[in-house]
Amino acid sequence: MAAYRSAAGFQRVLHAVKHVCFSKQRCGVIICRYSTVYDPTEKTFDKILIANRGEIACRVIKTCKKMGIKTVAVHSDVDSSAVHVKMADEAVCVGPAPTNKSYLNMDAIMNAIKQTGAQAVHPGYGFLSENKQFAKRLAAEGVSFIGPDTHAIQAMGDKIESKLIAKAAKVNTIPGFDGVVKDAEEAVKIAGEIGYPVMIKASAGGGGKGMRIAWNDEETREGFRFSSQEAASSFGDDRLLIEKFIDNPRHIEIQVLADKHGNALWLNERECSIQRRNQKVVEEAPSTFLDPDTRRAMGEQAVSLAKAVKYSSAGTVEFLVDSKKNFYFLEMNTRLQVEHPITECITGLDLVQQMIRIAMGYKLQHKQSDIPINGWAIESRVYAEDPYKSFGLPSIGRLSQYQEPLDLRNVRVDSGIEEGSDISIYYDPMISKLVTYGKTREEALKKMEEALDNYVIRGVTHNIPLLREIIVHPRFVSGDISTKFLPEVYPDGFKGHMLTAGERRELLATAAALYVAAQLRSQKFLGDLRVSVVPAESRQWELCVELDKGVHMLGVSRSGNNYTVEIDGEKVEVSGEWNLASALLPLTINGKHRTLQCLLRTAAGEITLQYLGTSFKLRVLSKLAASLSKHMPEKVPEDTSSILRSPMPGSVVAVSVKPGDNVAEGQEICVIEAMKMQNSMTAAKAAKVKSVHCKAGDTVGEGDLLVELE
Amino acid sequence: MDYIYQVRLTTHISSAIGSLTHALLQNARCYSVSHLSVQERIEQKRKAALTGGGQLRIAAQHKRGKLTARERLELLLDPDSFVEYDMFVEHRCSDFGMEADHNKYPGDSVVTGQGRINGRLVYVFSQDFTVFGGSLSGAHAQKICKIMDQAMMVGAPVIGLNDSGGARIQEGVESLAGYADIFLRNVMASGVVPQISLIMGPCAGGAVYSPALTDFTFMVKDTSYLFITGPDVVKSVTNEDVTQEELGGAKTHTTVSGVAHRAFENDIDALLNLRNFFNFLPLSNKDPAPVTECHDPRDRLVPGLDTIVPFESTKAYDMLDIVHGIVDEREFFEIMPNYAKNIVVGFARMNGRTVGIVGNQPKVASGCLDINSSVKGARFVRFCDAFNIPIITFVDVPGFLPGTAQEYGGIIRHGAKLLYAFAEATVPKITVITRKAYGGAYDVMSSKHLRGDVNYAWPSAEVAVMGAKGAVQIIFRGKENQAEAEAEYVEKFANPFPAAVRGFVDDIIQPSTTRKRICRDLEVLASKKQTNPWKKHANIPL
Repeated sequence: MAAYRSAAGFQRVLHAVKHVCFSKQRCGVIICRYSTVYDPTEKTFDKILIANRGEIACRVIKTCKKMGIKTVAVHSDVDSSAVHVKMADEAVCVGPAPTNKSYLNMDAIMNAIKQTGAQAVHPGYGFLSENKQFAKRLAAEGVSFIGPDTHAIQAMGDKIESKLIAKAAKVNTIPGFDGVVKDAEEAVKIAGEIGYPVMIKASAGGGGKGMRIAWNDEETREGFRFSSQEAASSFGDDRLLIEKFIDNPRHIEIQVLADKHGNALWLNERECSIQRRNQKVVEEAPSTFLDPDTRRAMGEQAVSLAKAVKYSSAGTVEFLVDSKKNFYFLEMNTRLQVEHPITECITGLDLVQQMIRIAMGYKLQHKQSDIPINGWAIESRVYAEDPYKSFGLPSIGRLSQYQEPLDLRNVRVDSGIEEGSDISIYYDPMISKLVTYGKTREEALKKMEEALDNYVIRGVTHNIPLLREIIVHPRFVSGDISTKFLPEVYPDGFKGHMLTAGERRELLATAAALYVAAQLRSQKFLGDLRVSVVPAESRQWELCVELDKGVHMLGVSRSGNNYTVEIDGEKVEVSGEWNLASALLPLTINGKHRTLQCLLRTAAGEITLQYLGTSFKLRVLSKLAASLSKHMPEKVPEDTSSILRSPMPGSVVAVSVKPGDNVAEGQEICVIEAMKMQNSMTAAKAAKVKSVHCKAGDTVGEGDLLVELE
Repeated sequence: MDYIYQVRLTTHISSAIGSLTHALLQNARCYSVSHLSVQERIEQKRKAALTGGGQLRIAAQHKRGKLTARERLELLLDPDSFVEYDMFVEHRCSDFGMEADHNKYPGDSVVTGQGRINGRLVYVFSQDFTVFGGSLSGAHAQKICKIMDQAMMVGAPVIGLNDSGGARIQEGVESLAGYADIFLRNVMASGVVPQISLIMGPCAGGAVYSPALTDFTFMVKDTSYLFITGPDVVKSVTNEDVTQEELGGAKTHTTVSGVAHRAFENDIDALLNLRNFFNFLPLSNKDPAPVTECHDPRDRLVPGLDTIVPFESTKAYDMLDIVHGIVDEREFFEIMPNYAKNIVVGFARMNGRTVGIVGNQPKVASGCLDINSSVKGARFVRFCDAFNIPIITFVDVPGFLPGTAQEYGGIIRHGAKLLYAFAEATVPKITVITRKAYGGAYDVMSSKHLRGDVNYAWPSAEVAVMGAKGAVQIIFRGKENQAEAEAEYVEKFANPFPAAVRGFVDDIIQPSTTRKRICRDLEVLASKKQTNPWKKHANIPL
């Protein structure tokens, strides 16, 4: 840890990224792309309580350790052996698993503060981080809240108020009109003032319902007619909302840092457009889209907003940016953001350290001109969820094997779990934030590919297949993204990596070579060889490999660790160590380096390989076994239209049918809630309900039978 | 030998009476004219033997989703390694028209011989359903007995592929005698060479007792049945309506009756898995447990184990997570995975060497011992002991299951089987107490007192007569401050120290180091020698 500690007196100089910090961890050298420039003479808190869990608690504790601050973790009973608890100097249990009884339990947390004598609280993100009540109670007890003042939390927490303040601070807001529009001509006038395109809808209609986009006066008149009719008939409310329509919006946010002395800085932007259900998936800093002028304009507006609310600490101003680089204020998050590491990577600042200093009342160390953009950083949010179901439905389980790609250079992994940890239904299913860094975006992206391929996660379903696809998608690589990226690129849902003919051959060849390597090893007995002979190795293995219903005849020959696989007249050379115990399979395929993972290898020839992020199920059989396979009986798959199984672990909120009921196709049968998401389960066909296997309040696992139809 | 090898290559078969064939063929060469008819007959018989019951019946067999007896052997054994015996044997029945030429099939209704699985010798028989429905004639039985006798002399396992309609009714008592001859050999070979039965079709009536006497019985899902009497007889005797599948299918025997040890999807799946399983077994009771090349570091730490046991002692966890974490490459061949799930047994490797794993499963019925789990565990332990396979036991047991069902069912004598098996075993025995080791069940689970060689406790271990609540209710009956007393009891007993200070556990170890410790111990214990007092045979409480 010595590398983090610079000599006293050196701390006023920004410790930029070109100076890398090394930290010996496990098997390799990892680089943390931020510097905690720690001045031992600068007085700080003795002890900080972190009112959070998981990776963010660990992240805060890391900086506290570097600053010589003692740490207190709070935890629920199921988290008693969690990583953040082990890392902290002290730990206090604040209640049972449900968050409202533990991590949101203010009384228990206040008690923990008293009990441990912590002088300050870092709230992390989520939980109590933007709870003004909590901030007030801390202030009343004389405990520092490492975050902004209550009034800033309150002002920015209210959607309407924050917009008004932003407007007053000359921050661009989405121009619009909300009220009764007399006639079509008035609508045209309003639209003209706002500037095309505009969005017209009934004020009372929620979300995007009944929304019409108008690009000119004619369309505005038409939109007015439809919307006003709908407003009257559907909602009995004449009010219309006419607002600037932001086409292909990007979500770009500015990190700000402000002290209690009226100083504020902007630490450049983060591009967070890749989202699903309004949750960010892949973020990067800087954005490919912003030019220096736009960046400065956004930065300055963000700072002026921060100053307008007398903001102190780290905060984030979120903007929507349209295709013409017009940007509009969305909201301000008055906390440390999940994706803060990428800002740390390109600026070299330790945001947690800065927050602690600011909370102590120190002035900012840096001037705006000190803030660089050094290189490029990408963050992938690795989640325990199934990306094949609406880009990610939560999955739970025990991490039976877990290995972060930390022996790669320029990789940072922020996580709060380890091998053996449980991903439970109680908390956010995020496994980690995988951050890669490079001098250029290209370098950072290449590194991300490598890091994702080398990331071993077993025991829970994870979204690496999706992440791995996003970062190599031509639209993403070219920077052509918007918040609609996922639904636009995968209109029918995410289906995993689509293999090219060449990739398919690589995959088949790897499976065949792995099969032969395993077969050869199973003939190697050590020690006593009574009545045993080593069978003469055949010069050529004839194998049949199945992949997605396609059957391929392969010829495999071996020379040491090098395998030559012939597929449809094409030769593929595969070589590697063939360590059959290792989770990772580093190979050279036709001269290219590739890391695959073997997820499953059975005696019956089933091999599941993770290749380019996606897992592929293959079956390798000898020619003989393959030729006899045709006689094997077809197993009739379960008729899934008459049974309803839970698509994910969660709890049953409501069951709307009982045995004997007749249900129509698509009718709601029950509602499952998991990780704050309610999912309505519907009937796949019109039928009579045969039996119901769950009731409201039950906890169900993935694949559990809920209802049977006749 | 070269010559024979060539014969095998050209005809795809080789015969145990190779020398005879050899001579005949040579004669045929020298005196080709005069002996042509013999040569022709040999060829004819061989051809007939290879087609069994004929193409029509083979097609019917395939249509049922089953492979032929010979196809099965080809898949089970290494390529070109099968050496067939008794290809020319025919049945000797002369009643009911059986003596007619068209009712004689060379080799009769079973294919027998020896071959190799991954280079290691194995004796095999494969019943041929296409010949008289695989029914057992005197000749059929004789063929099986021949290879079993030789397997015992040589010291190599026997694998039987069962697919037989039952006794050859035309042969009457001859067929029954045949069964008994096989049973006797099953019993004689028991504990001498491993015997494995794979049921790949019907196996009914007296025939079921051969698989029942062997060490392991595997089944093929949907196409195999095992029962004493079929659904028709059941209906007429007990008036129960039951299908073949419900009465004796793979699901019934692997989940309800415990007759079969594993079931596989289809013939190919079963045979490939059997090859894999065979690699775990020693050839005979004179051979050590096999050691294969291992890529998994023997000193690998398993960090996930440090957090696997929940803090609340009433909370379950999956013992299989511990097993998978510790053994080589997470490979565990579980025996009876769907029967008496409160105990986990199966084969794995440690640093390449086969070991038997026994573990209480806290996930099912808190991992308690009951009748079925005791019997399941006992049989497995005895197999390991008979065949020099070290036993690793993971203990988390709250005790024996109470209740009238268990007591009336004889939990006392069944529980005694597991106790007996662990006590008599002389192979290396390593025990890890992961959490609870309560009451008599603590003694049973390969405790120090039953000659455990190395007994470890994890820091979460609690070795006591019973849980705190129950104990306090007895010790402090009627007293106030039960909660206080309970806390005192927990402090005193709910930890590994009472056992450790007495030397009943050899060490308290960090869970993550368990693999490393066990691998090291097994190396030391490889030369363990221990014998039980001379006896004709012991008297396990059956």
